[in-house]
Amino acid sequence: MKGKILLLFLCCVVLFFVSLRLGQHQGDLAGADEEAQAIIQEIAPDFSPWFSPLWEPPSGEIETLIFALQAATGGLIIGYILGKRSTH
Amino acid sequence: MAEIMPLFREGHFYSSEEVDLVRVPLVVLCSVVGLLCFTPPVYAMHISEGFLPPLWCGVYFALSVPLVLLGFLQVRRLQDSHARMFLALAGAYIFLLSALKLPSVTGSCSHPTGTGLSGILFGPVVTAFLSSLVLLFQALFLAHGGITTLGANILSMGIAGPFTGFLVFQLLRRYRLTPAVFFAAFTADLATYVVTSFQLALAFPGRSFLFSFARFMSLFAVTQVPLAVMEGLLTVALFEYLKTRMGAELTRLGVRIA
Repeated sequence: MKGKILLLFLCCVVLFFVSLRLGQHQGDLAGADEEAQAIIQEIAPDFSPWFSPLWEPPSGEIETLIFALQAATGGLIIGYILGKRSTH
Repeated sequence: MAEIMPLFREGHFYSSEEVDLVRVPLVVLCSVVGLLCFTPPVYAMHISEGFLPPLWCGVYFALSVPLVLLGFLQVRRLQDSHARMFLALAGAYIFLLSALKLPSVTGSCSHPTGTGLSGILFGPVVTAFLSSLVLLFQALFLAHGGITTLGANILSMGIAGPFTGFLVFQLLRRYRLTPAVFFAAFTADLATYVVTSFQLALAFPGRSFLFSFARFMSLFAVTQVPLAVMEGLLTVALFEYLKTRMGAELTRLGVRIA
Protein backbone atom coordinates (compact mmCIF):
# COMPACT_ATOMS: atom_id res chain seq x y z
CA MET A 1 0.00 0.00 0.00
CA LYS A 2 2.78 2.44 0.92
CA GLY A 3 4.51 1.92 -2.43
CA LYS A 4 1.30 2.53 -4.35
CA ILE A 5 0.53 5.72 -2.46
CA LEU A 6 4.07 6.99 -2.91
CA LEU A 7 3.88 6.27 -6.63
CA LEU A 8 0.61 8.18 -6.89
CA PHE A 9 2.07 11.15 -5.02
CA LEU A 10 5.08 11.05 -7.31
CA CYS A 11 2.77 11.11 -10.37
CA CYS A 12 1.02 14.15 -8.86
CA VAL A 13 4.30 15.98 -8.29
CA VAL A 14 5.50 15.20 -11.81
CA LEU A 15 2.21 16.39 -13.28
CA PHE A 16 2.42 19.54 -11.17
CA PHE A 17 5.83 20.46 -12.51
CA VAL A 18 4.94 19.57 -16.11
CA SER A 19 1.83 21.71 -15.72
CA LEU A 20 3.86 24.54 -14.23
CA ARG A 21 6.56 24.46 -16.90
CA LEU A 22 4.12 24.31 -19.82
CA GLY A 23 1.84 26.87 -18.18
CA GLN A 24 4.62 29.37 -17.70
CA HIS A 25 5.11 29.56 -21.44
CA GLN A 26 1.41 29.96 -22.12
CA GLY A 27 0.47 32.72 -19.69
CA ASP A 28 1.35 34.48 -16.48
CA LEU A 29 -0.35 31.88 -14.24
CA ALA A 30 -2.50 34.61 -12.71
CA GLY A 31 -5.19 32.39 -11.32
CA ALA A 32 -8.18 34.66 -11.47
CA ASP A 33 -11.80 34.64 -12.53
CA GLU A 34 -10.99 37.86 -14.36
CA GLU A 35 -10.71 36.29 -17.78
CA ALA A 36 -14.27 34.95 -17.46
CA GLN A 37 -15.37 38.44 -16.49
CA ALA A 38 -13.59 39.77 -19.58
CA ILE A 39 -15.41 37.29 -21.82
CA ILE A 40 -18.72 38.31 -20.24
CA GLN A 41 -17.95 41.98 -20.92
CA GLU A 42 -17.11 41.06 -24.49
CA ILE A 43 -20.26 39.01 -25.10
CA ALA A 44 -22.56 41.39 -23.23
CA PRO A 45 -20.98 44.87 -23.21
CA ASP A 46 -24.03 46.36 -21.48
CA PHE A 47 -23.77 44.09 -18.48
CA SER A 48 -22.14 45.34 -15.33
CA PRO A 49 -21.86 43.37 -12.08
CA TRP A 50 -24.84 44.27 -9.93
CA PHE A 51 -23.38 43.20 -6.60
CA SER A 52 -19.92 43.41 -5.11
CA PRO A 53 -18.35 41.24 -2.41
CA LEU A 54 -19.38 42.21 1.14
CA TRP A 55 -15.78 41.96 2.26
CA GLU A 56 -12.57 41.48 0.35
CA PRO A 57 -9.17 40.52 1.74
CA PRO A 58 -7.40 43.90 1.95
CA SER A 59 -4.26 42.60 0.22
CA GLY A 60 -2.86 39.63 -1.64
CA GLU A 61 -0.92 38.66 1.49
CA ILE A 62 -4.06 38.49 3.63
CA GLU A 63 -5.81 36.49 0.94
CA THR A 64 -2.90 34.04 0.86
CA LEU A 65 -3.09 33.78 4.65
CA ILE A 66 -6.77 32.84 4.56
CA PHE A 67 -6.24 30.34 1.76
CA ALA A 68 -3.36 28.83 3.74
CA LEU A 69 -5.55 28.60 6.84
CA GLN A 70 -8.24 26.89 4.81
CA ALA A 71 -5.80 24.30 3.45
CA ALA A 72 -4.19 23.81 6.87
CA THR A 73 -7.56 23.21 8.54
CA GLY A 74 -8.51 20.64 5.93
CA GLY A 75 -5.14 18.92 6.18
CA LEU A 76 -5.24 18.94 9.96
CA ILE A 77 -8.62 17.21 10.10
CA ILE A 78 -7.62 14.61 7.49
CA GLY A 79 -4.33 13.95 9.28
CA TYR A 80 -6.03 13.66 12.65
CA ILE A 81 -8.58 11.13 11.39
CA LEU A 82 -6.07 9.00 9.48
CA GLY A 83 -3.54 9.14 12.32
CA LYS A 84 -6.07 8.25 14.96
CA ARG A 85 -7.19 5.22 12.99
CA SER A 86 -3.74 3.88 12.26
CA THR A 87 -2.74 3.87 15.96
CA HIS A 88 -5.67 1.62 16.90
CA MET B 1 10.70 -14.55 -24.25
CA ALA B 2 7.89 -17.03 -23.82
CA GLU B 3 9.15 -17.88 -20.35
CA ILE B 4 9.45 -14.27 -19.27
CA MET B 5 6.09 -12.96 -20.47
CA PRO B 6 3.88 -14.84 -18.01
CA LEU B 7 5.81 -13.21 -15.18
CA PHE B 8 4.43 -9.84 -16.13
CA ARG B 9 0.86 -10.99 -16.27
CA GLU B 10 -1.51 -10.50 -13.39
CA GLY B 11 -0.76 -12.38 -10.25
CA HIS B 12 3.01 -12.66 -10.61
CA PHE B 13 4.77 -9.37 -10.12
CA TYR B 14 1.66 -7.25 -10.15
CA SER B 15 -1.88 -7.95 -9.02
CA SER B 16 -4.61 -6.74 -11.37
CA GLU B 17 -5.28 -3.75 -9.12
CA GLU B 18 -1.63 -2.79 -9.22
CA VAL B 19 -1.50 -2.96 -13.01
CA ASP B 20 -4.44 -0.52 -13.15
CA LEU B 21 -2.84 1.72 -10.64
CA VAL B 22 0.17 2.23 -12.85
CA ARG B 23 -1.42 2.00 -16.26
CA VAL B 24 -4.59 4.04 -15.99
CA PRO B 25 -3.09 7.23 -14.51
CA LEU B 26 -0.09 7.06 -16.84
CA VAL B 27 -2.16 6.74 -20.00
CA VAL B 28 -4.42 9.59 -18.93
CA LEU B 29 -1.46 11.71 -17.86
CA CYS B 30 0.38 11.29 -21.16
CA SER B 31 -2.65 11.96 -23.34
CA VAL B 32 -3.66 15.01 -21.34
CA VAL B 33 -0.21 16.54 -21.40
CA GLY B 34 0.04 15.90 -25.13
CA LEU B 35 -3.36 17.41 -25.81
CA LEU B 36 -2.94 20.51 -23.75
CA CYS B 37 0.43 21.66 -25.02
CA PHE B 38 -1.29 23.56 -27.79
CA THR B 39 -4.10 25.49 -26.09
CA PRO B 40 -4.25 29.26 -25.65
CA PRO B 41 -3.87 30.92 -22.22
CA VAL B 42 -7.04 31.03 -20.15
CA TYR B 43 -8.23 31.50 -16.57
CA ALA B 44 -10.72 29.55 -14.53
CA MET B 45 -12.73 29.33 -11.33
CA HIS B 46 -16.21 29.84 -9.86
CA ILE B 47 -18.62 32.51 -11.05
CA SER B 48 -17.68 35.83 -9.45
CA GLU B 49 -19.89 37.96 -7.24
CA GLY B 50 -22.50 39.93 -9.17
CA PHE B 51 -21.59 38.37 -12.49
CA LEU B 52 -24.83 36.47 -12.98
CA PRO B 53 -28.08 38.33 -13.78
CA PRO B 54 -30.51 38.38 -10.79
CA LEU B 55 -33.04 36.16 -12.56
CA TRP B 56 -30.50 33.38 -13.03
CA CYS B 57 -29.27 33.76 -9.46
CA GLY B 58 -32.84 33.14 -8.33
CA VAL B 59 -33.25 30.11 -10.60
CA TYR B 60 -30.07 28.49 -9.31
CA PHE B 61 -30.90 29.21 -5.69
CA ALA B 62 -34.32 27.63 -6.21
CA LEU B 63 -32.66 24.54 -7.69
CA SER B 64 -29.86 24.07 -5.17
CA VAL B 65 -31.32 25.19 -1.82
CA PRO B 66 -33.75 22.24 -1.52
CA LEU B 67 -30.90 19.79 -2.13
CA VAL B 68 -28.66 21.51 0.41
CA LEU B 69 -31.46 21.31 2.99
CA LEU B 70 -32.04 17.66 2.14
CA GLY B 71 -28.31 17.08 2.55
CA PHE B 72 -28.39 18.82 5.93
CA LEU B 73 -31.20 16.51 7.08
CA GLN B 74 -29.26 13.47 5.87
CA VAL B 75 -26.16 14.63 7.71
CA ARG B 76 -28.14 15.07 10.92
CA ARG B 77 -29.43 11.54 10.57
CA LEU B 78 -25.91 10.10 10.54
CA GLN B 79 -25.56 8.66 14.03
CA ASP B 80 -22.85 6.08 13.50
CA SER B 81 -19.52 7.45 14.76
CA HIS B 82 -17.62 5.95 11.82
CA ALA B 83 -20.01 7.53 9.33
CA ARG B 84 -19.46 10.87 11.05
CA MET B 85 -15.73 10.37 10.85
CA PHE B 86 -15.98 9.78 7.10
CA LEU B 87 -18.19 12.85 6.82
CA ALA B 88 -15.53 15.00 8.52
CA LEU B 89 -12.91 13.46 6.27
CA ALA B 90 -14.91 14.12 3.08
CA GLY B 91 -15.67 17.69 4.17
CA ALA B 92 -12.05 18.38 5.09
CA TYR B 93 -10.95 16.99 1.73
CA ILE B 94 -13.20 19.44 -0.14
CA PHE B 95 -11.99 22.24 2.14
CA LEU B 96 -8.34 21.38 1.54
CA LEU B 97 -8.47 20.85 -2.21
CA SER B 98 -10.54 23.94 -3.00
CA ALA B 99 -7.89 26.07 -1.28
CA LEU B 100 -5.13 24.80 -3.55
CA LYS B 101 -4.77 26.94 -6.64
CA LEU B 102 -2.67 24.92 -9.02
CA PRO B 103 -0.96 25.90 -12.25
CA SER B 104 -2.43 24.53 -15.45
CA VAL B 105 -0.77 23.91 -18.79
CA THR B 106 -3.03 26.58 -20.26
CA GLY B 107 -1.07 29.27 -18.45
CA SER B 108 -3.43 30.04 -15.62
CA CYS B 109 -4.34 28.71 -12.19
CA SER B 110 -7.47 27.03 -10.93
CA HIS B 111 -8.33 24.78 -8.03
CA PRO B 112 -9.67 21.23 -7.81
CA THR B 113 -12.98 20.61 -6.05
CA GLY B 114 -12.46 17.48 -3.95
CA THR B 115 -16.13 16.55 -4.27
CA GLY B 116 -15.43 13.19 -5.93
CA LEU B 117 -14.49 11.46 -2.69
CA SER B 118 -17.56 12.75 -0.91
CA GLY B 119 -19.69 11.69 -3.88
CA ILE B 120 -18.29 8.16 -3.66
CA LEU B 121 -18.77 7.92 0.12
CA PHE B 122 -22.08 9.73 0.61
CA GLY B 123 -23.61 10.54 -2.79
CA PRO B 124 -24.50 13.94 -4.21
CA VAL B 125 -27.06 15.13 -1.64
CA VAL B 126 -24.76 15.15 1.39
CA THR B 127 -21.98 16.55 -0.81
CA ALA B 128 -24.26 19.45 -1.80
CA PHE B 129 -24.45 20.40 1.88
CA LEU B 130 -20.70 20.05 2.46
CA SER B 131 -19.84 22.07 -0.66
CA SER B 132 -22.25 24.83 0.28
CA LEU B 133 -20.30 25.34 3.51
CA VAL B 134 -16.99 25.57 1.66
CA LEU B 135 -18.42 27.91 -1.00
CA LEU B 136 -19.99 30.11 1.67
CA PHE B 137 -16.66 30.33 3.49
CA GLN B 138 -14.84 31.34 0.32
CA ALA B 139 -17.52 33.84 -0.68
CA LEU B 140 -17.51 35.53 2.75
CA PHE B 141 -13.83 35.52 3.65
CA LEU B 142 -12.00 35.37 0.34
CA ALA B 143 -14.30 37.21 -2.10
CA HIS B 144 -13.96 34.02 -4.15
CA GLY B 145 -17.19 33.04 -5.89
CA GLY B 146 -19.99 35.10 -4.36
CA ILE B 147 -23.14 35.32 -2.27
CA THR B 148 -25.38 36.14 -5.22
CA THR B 149 -23.79 33.41 -7.33
CA LEU B 150 -23.75 30.92 -4.44
CA GLY B 151 -26.75 29.02 -5.79
CA ALA B 152 -25.15 28.62 -9.21
CA ASN B 153 -21.82 27.57 -7.73
CA ILE B 154 -23.47 25.06 -5.39
CA LEU B 155 -25.30 23.60 -8.38
CA SER B 156 -22.06 23.10 -10.33
CA MET B 157 -19.59 22.17 -7.60
CA GLY B 158 -21.89 20.70 -4.95
CA ILE B 159 -24.49 18.89 -7.05
CA ALA B 160 -23.51 18.34 -10.71
CA GLY B 161 -19.90 17.38 -9.93
CA PRO B 162 -20.49 14.82 -7.18
CA PHE B 163 -23.56 13.47 -8.98
CA THR B 164 -21.44 12.73 -12.04
CA GLY B 165 -18.70 11.26 -9.86
CA PHE B 166 -21.21 9.12 -8.00
CA LEU B 167 -22.70 7.79 -11.26
CA VAL B 168 -19.28 7.08 -12.76
CA PHE B 169 -18.21 5.25 -9.61
CA GLN B 170 -21.34 3.12 -9.56
CA LEU B 171 -20.92 2.26 -13.25
CA LEU B 172 -17.21 1.47 -13.20
CA ARG B 173 -17.26 -0.13 -9.76
CA ARG B 174 -18.58 -3.34 -11.29
CA TYR B 175 -15.33 -3.82 -13.17
CA ARG B 176 -12.44 -2.45 -11.13
CA LEU B 177 -12.22 -0.40 -7.98
CA THR B 178 -9.17 1.77 -8.64
CA PRO B 179 -10.16 3.14 -12.07
CA ALA B 180 -13.66 3.70 -10.68
CA VAL B 181 -12.26 5.91 -7.91
CA PHE B 182 -9.94 7.73 -10.30
CA PHE B 183 -12.59 8.51 -12.89
CA ALA B 184 -15.18 9.40 -10.27
CA ALA B 185 -12.87 12.11 -8.89
CA PHE B 186 -11.73 13.12 -12.38
CA THR B 187 -15.23 13.52 -13.81
CA ALA B 188 -16.61 15.17 -10.66
CA ASP B 189 -13.93 17.83 -10.94
CA LEU B 190 -14.40 18.32 -14.67
CA ALA B 191 -18.21 18.24 -14.65
CA THR B 192 -18.19 21.12 -12.17
CA TYR B 193 -16.57 23.42 -14.68
CA VAL B 194 -18.56 22.12 -17.64
CA VAL B 195 -21.71 23.10 -15.75
CA THR B 196 -20.18 26.48 -14.85
CA SER B 197 -19.57 27.10 -18.56
CA PHE B 198 -23.14 26.02 -19.31
CA GLN B 199 -24.55 28.40 -16.70
CA LEU B 200 -22.51 31.34 -18.01
CA ALA B 201 -23.44 30.57 -21.62
CA LEU B 202 -27.14 30.43 -20.67
CA ALA B 203 -26.91 33.79 -18.94
CA PHE B 204 -24.75 35.35 -21.65
CA PRO B 205 -25.67 33.70 -24.96
CA GLY B 206 -24.45 36.67 -27.05
CA ARG B 207 -24.70 35.79 -30.74
CA SER B 208 -25.50 32.15 -30.11
CA PHE B 209 -25.64 29.90 -27.07
CA LEU B 210 -23.27 27.35 -28.61
CA PHE B 211 -20.63 29.93 -29.48
CA SER B 212 -20.79 31.30 -25.97
CA PHE B 213 -20.67 27.82 -24.45
CA ALA B 214 -17.59 26.96 -26.50
CA ARG B 215 -15.83 30.09 -25.30
CA PHE B 216 -16.53 29.44 -21.64
CA MET B 217 -15.70 25.76 -22.06
CA SER B 218 -12.29 26.53 -23.51
CA LEU B 219 -11.79 28.82 -20.54
CA PHE B 220 -13.03 26.74 -17.63
CA ALA B 221 -13.02 23.10 -18.64
CA VAL B 222 -9.73 22.90 -20.53
CA THR B 223 -7.73 24.51 -17.73
CA GLN B 224 -9.32 22.06 -15.34
CA VAL B 225 -8.23 18.85 -17.12
CA PRO B 226 -4.69 18.51 -15.65
CA LEU B 227 -6.00 19.52 -12.23
CA ALA B 228 -8.71 16.89 -12.51
CA VAL B 229 -6.03 14.29 -13.22
CA MET B 230 -4.10 15.39 -10.13
CA GLU B 231 -7.25 15.21 -8.05
CA GLY B 232 -7.96 11.76 -9.44
CA LEU B 233 -4.51 10.50 -8.46
CA LEU B 234 -4.73 12.04 -4.98
CA THR B 235 -8.19 10.60 -4.41
CA VAL B 236 -6.99 7.14 -5.44
CA ALA B 237 -4.13 7.44 -2.93
CA LEU B 238 -6.44 8.47 -0.09
CA PHE B 239 -8.99 5.82 -1.01
CA GLU B 240 -6.24 3.21 -1.09
CA TYR B 241 -5.35 4.12 2.49
CA LEU B 242 -8.99 4.07 3.59
CA LYS B 243 -9.54 0.72 1.91
CA THR B 244 -6.56 -0.85 3.67
CA ARG B 245 -6.96 0.68 7.11
CA MET B 246 -10.71 1.21 7.37
CA GLY B 247 -12.13 -1.37 4.97
CA ALA B 248 -14.73 -2.67 7.40
CA GLU B 249 -16.02 0.82 8.17
CA LEU B 250 -16.21 1.65 4.46
CA THR B 251 -18.28 -1.45 3.85
CA ARG B 252 -20.58 -0.51 6.71
CA LEU B 253 -21.02 2.91 5.14
CA GLY B 254 -22.32 1.14 2.05
CA VAL B 255 -19.27 1.54 -0.17
CA ARG B 256 -18.53 -1.73 -1.93
CA ILE B 257 -14.77 -2.19 -1.89
CA ALA B 258 -14.35 -5.94 -2.23
